[in-house]
Amino acid sequence: MTTLDSSKEIQKNNSEVNEKHEDFRMFGLITFLIADGMTFAGFFAAYLTYKAVNPLPDGAIYELELPIPTLNTILLLVSSATFHKAGKALLKDKNSDSQKWLFFTAFLGIIFLICQLFEYFHLPFGLTDNLFASTFYALTGFHGLHVTLGTLMILIIAWQSRINGGRLTSQNMFPLEAVELYWHFVDGIWVILFIILYLL
Amino acid sequence: MTISIDPQKTNNESLQPKGWLRYFSFSLDHKVIGIQYLVCGFLFYLIGGTLASAIRIELASPMSDFMPRDVYNQVLTLHGTIMIFLWIVPVVNGAFGNYLIPFYVGARDMAFPRLNAVAFWLIPPSGLMLVASYFVEGAAQAGWTAYPPLSITTPQSGQIIWILSVLLLGGSSIFGGINFIATIIKLRRPGLKLMQLPMYCWAMLGTSLLVVLSTPVLAGTLILLSFDIIANTGFFNPVLGGNVVVYQHLFWFYSHPAVYIMVLPAFGLVSEILPVHARKPLFGYTTMVFSIMGIVVLGLVVWAHHMFTSGTPPWMRLFFTIATAFIAVPTGIKFFNWVATLWGGKISINSAMLFSCGFIINFVFGGITGVALAQVPFDIHVHDTYFVVAHFHYIVYGGTVFIIFSSIYHWFPKVTGKMLNEKFGILHFIITFIGFNLCFAPQHWLGLNGMPRRVAEYDPQFQFVNQISSLGALLMAISTIPFLINVFLSVRNGKDAGDNPWNALTPEWLTSSPPPVENWEGEAPLVEEPYGYGKEISEQR
Repeated sequence: MTTLDSSKEIQKNNSEVNEKHEDFRMFGLITFLIADGMTFAGFFAAYLTYKAVNPLPDGAIYELELPIPTLNTILLLVSSATFHKAGKALLKDKNSDSQKWLFFTAFLGIIFLICQLFEYFHLPFGLTDNLFASTFYALTGFHGLHVTLGTLMILIIAWQSRINGGRLTSQNMFPLEAVELYWHFVDGIWVILFIILYLL
Repeated sequence: MTISIDPQKTNNESLQPKGWLRYFSFSLDHKVIGIQYLVCGFLFYLIGGTLASAIRIELASPMSDFMPRDVYNQVLTLHGTIMIFLWIVPVVNGAFGNYLIPFYVGARDMAFPRLNAVAFWLIPPSGLMLVASYFVEGAAQAGWTAYPPLSITTPQSGQIIWILSVLLLGGSSIFGGINFIATIIKLRRPGLKLMQLPMYCWAMLGTSLLVVLSTPVLAGTLILLSFDIIANTGFFNPVLGGNVVVYQHLFWFYSHPAVYIMVLPAFGLVSEILPVHARKPLFGYTTMVFSIMGIVVLGLVVWAHHMFTSGTPPWMRLFFTIATAFIAVPTGIKFFNWVATLWGGKISINSAMLFSCGFIINFVFGGITGVALAQVPFDIHVHDTYFVVAHFHYIVYGGTVFIIFSSIYHWFPKVTGKMLNEKFGILHFIITFIGFNLCFAPQHWLGLNGMPRRVAEYDPQFQFVNQISSLGALLMAISTIPFLINVFLSVRNGKDAGDNPWNALTPEWLTSSPPPVENWEGEAPLVEEPYGYGKEISEQR
């Protein structure tokens, strides 16, 4: 018997064993999101320290326009609600409704990214102009990376929720729940980021 | 004590992949992954040890005659990074954690076996990348701390490879931490209460919390540093308006807990080894648990004691001095508990016990210099001198590495089914203990007299003491030889160990040696008193 075969065998046995106890995949995901949140916490702490102790050089531009980020905040908050709708629909076995809500959520995510890029191109400063500019791009860019990954995952589970042969059903809600938790997390981070970076 | 174990040979033995090839496969078996971590870590230990020998050869004479100064900087950077990120952290967490935790919680594998294998297989490529960076023009030479502006101004290619490698190793560490937390909290056998777990589980739970909370901050910091190097941003570059102290804060927010990530699992392992070889229950189980959690909480709020010379404001110095001094309390409780465990026990003098006692002696010494270093006036005097080098090595070598060897002597019979040779083991201990203390004790004196660390050349008045230190390093290098001979001979011709050569009570000894693929024949045993020595013998008879 080759090694690979037996790994599969072990894995099969594991899944049999795993059926006996509660599902802890969500627990693992929450632990991961705490770790991910700590990365953002480090960035926020660095940004706030810079703001407190590092004066910007004379003539440095650090004014931010509010309309686009406010629109972005609304987009993400609405997308959290539509994602929730998708979960509700799936729970009632309305797969096509669920799929529609998921695509709508992904659409909102893509609009968010487009708005973000639009803002980038119209800002009066670039990545290396001054410390504020660098921190601004690092923070929003790292968050944008999270939105991009989240949007891709939403598109994947939207594909998985197709009626014939899809993996995502009301019996197997985990992919949707996991991505939903991640998406809410990304939204929450954005709200903190919006307050710290734009309003403070 | 309820044990329902079937002494018959396991039925699904045919499932087990045969031979040594499985250690090179993407195996999902936690025991195979544990051995992979251990052997991989030991190979990197040999590389890091060779680099350490090169450093000590260089320092045997005051001038930089053995290697040029920039090569010396590269060697000490690689030595520190390899020893921390590729030997101690993976072995003391990954190797022993993966091997033992599923046994201790009564499970058949870790909570996420696939993630576990991914976490291991991130290590060899990033380690090889790190070692290979030496051959790129301009390997990293900013030390394992990679402080800017040094790390920004030294040659870039090596530093970027260094950052990439440490990021991957950090990712591996986070995946491992998530897995340990889920396994210990969620995968416990029904009926097994948290306060009945062997102490190593608590140590790993605390360690994993630290990993999950602090490693991501290091990852974020290194990403910012790589932006500074590649994209010419100015986060940590004072010329561009950046702030180097912010880097130090973020770096030490990870790297001080990293010391506990390296040492807490060793605390757990020694708590497993001492009761077995002293035939006494572990003294003060509950206080042990609370001191581990106390160390976890305090360990997150003491990082700035590494930065007393970085223009730290007075209130910060006061806070971090007091917080650091407080850590001595839970640590002291643990040491008194271990000594009380030994007190009046029926102690067997074997290699595992000797290395554990060596750990207690060395670590107390390192702990005392640690409390001294937390005091601002003293710290400013010895900052960046050999006193810090001596303190640090007493913690990680005299502490953790001694426990790694102790654990290898203790669990080798379980893993292979063969006993290690005791004569070689005791020889290994004697050479290591003498060599270690000869190498690092004189460095306290060097540091107090002002010899700076990380410099290839020094004042000729320090030559004699440095040569004593180098002699100790030579002994430490030699001490590996009896160990390796012992392992190779014992794997082939060692005495058969049987299932439970130490008459231990923790769950891993209640299955066969080596254990079957899914750990237990039948249901996992419920071990309510993992340290019930003294009591259980009369009950069993």
